[in-house]
Amino acid sequence: MNLLLEDVTFTYPSGVVALREVSLTIASGEVVALVGENGAGKTTLAKLANGLLKPQRGRVLVGESDTRQRSIAQLARHVGYVFQNPDEQLFERTVWAEVAFGPRNLGHAEAEVRASVEAALAQVGLAAEAQRHPYDLNASQRKLVALAATLAMNTSALILDEPTTGQDAGGIALLAELVEGLKKKGRTVVTISHDVDFCMEHFERAVVMSGGRILADGPVAAILSDAELLARANVEPPQLVRLAAALGLSPSPRTPDEFAALLAAQAGR
Amino acid sequence: MIHVHDLTYRYPGQSRPALLDVNLDVPAGQFCAVVGANAAGKSTLCYALTGFVPHFYRGKLQGTISVAGRDLLQTPPGELAGEIGLVFQNPFNQITGARFTVREEVAFGLENLGLPREEILSRIDEALALTGLADVADRSPYALSGGQQQRLAIASMVVMRPRVLVLDEPTSQLDPVGTREVFAALSALAAAGDTTVVLAEHKLEWLAAFAQRVVALSGGQIVADGPPREVLTSPEIKGCGVGQTRYTQAARVAQRDGLVPADKPLPITLQQAIDFFT
Repeated sequence: MNLLLEDVTFTYPSGVVALREVSLTIASGEVVALVGENGAGKTTLAKLANGLLKPQRGRVLVGESDTRQRSIAQLARHVGYVFQNPDEQLFERTVWAEVAFGPRNLGHAEAEVRASVEAALAQVGLAAEAQRHPYDLNASQRKLVALAATLAMNTSALILDEPTTGQDAGGIALLAELVEGLKKKGRTVVTISHDVDFCMEHFERAVVMSGGRILADGPVAAILSDAELLARANVEPPQLVRLAAALGLSPSPRTPDEFAALLAAQAGR
Repeated sequence: MIHVHDLTYRYPGQSRPALLDVNLDVPAGQFCAVVGANAAGKSTLCYALTGFVPHFYRGKLQGTISVAGRDLLQTPPGELAGEIGLVFQNPFNQITGARFTVREEVAFGLENLGLPREEILSRIDEALALTGLADVADRSPYALSGGQQQRLAIASMVVMRPRVLVLDEPTSQLDPVGTREVFAALSALAAAGDTTVVLAEHKLEWLAAFAQRVVALSGGQIVADGPPREVLTSPEIKGCGVGQTRYTQAARVAQRDGLVPADKPLPITLQQAIDFFT
């Protein structure tokens, strides 16, 4: 199902205008990275897309439903959201109960709940921690619990707010595998991330935000290669893009293997 | 400035030590980075260098820790405020909740030390400028984005001008330009000689560019310690969850494919990578 924002403006009660007349369509099965400076409005946009926030002007559609006409619980069946800070999300006494909360609330049978929880915990590598208290885990593991809790809902769209933050190399590899798996299943995945190297490698479309507006939107390789555009949003191109540019190699490589292939092609010329 | 000798520490109720036989000497004015997988002991080391371990977390500690000429095991944490600062991993844990604006929040520590008003005001302006928060100085700390709150946590510590500043993943929520600015600011603080900086981080590209030294932890033990390029390309840290910059990864692939001689030292920064490939 598509996610659609149409001329959306959102102002927080404090008076901060977080989004200004933003329009964006994300089609079913797209994998999209939202990048941009702190305070650009990325998280606000994500919370509008799953109905946690409702627009004051314009409208947001999840599939055919206007988010203002649907409850957060109704929308949660379709759009999963993993918070930037897991502590805003976790409240159960065990990792298992935390991950089971969503599917139980959807009214799934207990056998189905069990299967969803087991699959989700296996995906994030926390099967062995199922009976521990979420707050006995470290911050990066808590983040993975929050992710598992959302995966267990089997929503058609998933929004990951800064998923790689605080993850070590193993955690990032796990997330990469997970995103690739969701892509294969045709799920919609939206990430908000400052980790442009991760976005370049695993996402297909990039949207650049600054000051509550969308500055650019297009194929990830083209957008994340445009240093001038990115600078306006406090973002720098991925490491391999900078290296390729310095060496006069094009087009911009998305992975170390692509970089090596460019290098080999240049040597062969 | 920092002397850690044979430090072994267990959190209460834990059988496995979080730190094991750690020995670390950091001279005044050094910018020292700490890397390692999650649960390798990075945060615990940060807590040990600032007195939170063992004074707040309790647990069982062996060995000695001396920072800025004080024996931390004998000094109550309150006496260390102003000399040793810690920026927490999660800025939500640092913000006092007792102040209405960003400016007041940054003033909190200095007010508690009873500094003259004029000095407090000028130091706040300096810290806000350094962290790029001048434009939001009159906002509530809770009306800031995650990245802005993280800058606020850093400003609240930098304003104290501590002799030792310890930061636990302080840029995790910052945008790339903000991250570079924080690293540059910390590097400048250390270079001025008045502040010793210890920084736990996953963002290898920036450590590579700014830190003078990298200490790698695995399972609570130091497994590598030295100049960034040496440590971040060393075989010792393979399998320790530290990862590599994309420059190192690209260089390894190029060596594997026979595009670059296998004995050329691996790069960790953009400049080193340019030199490596030309």
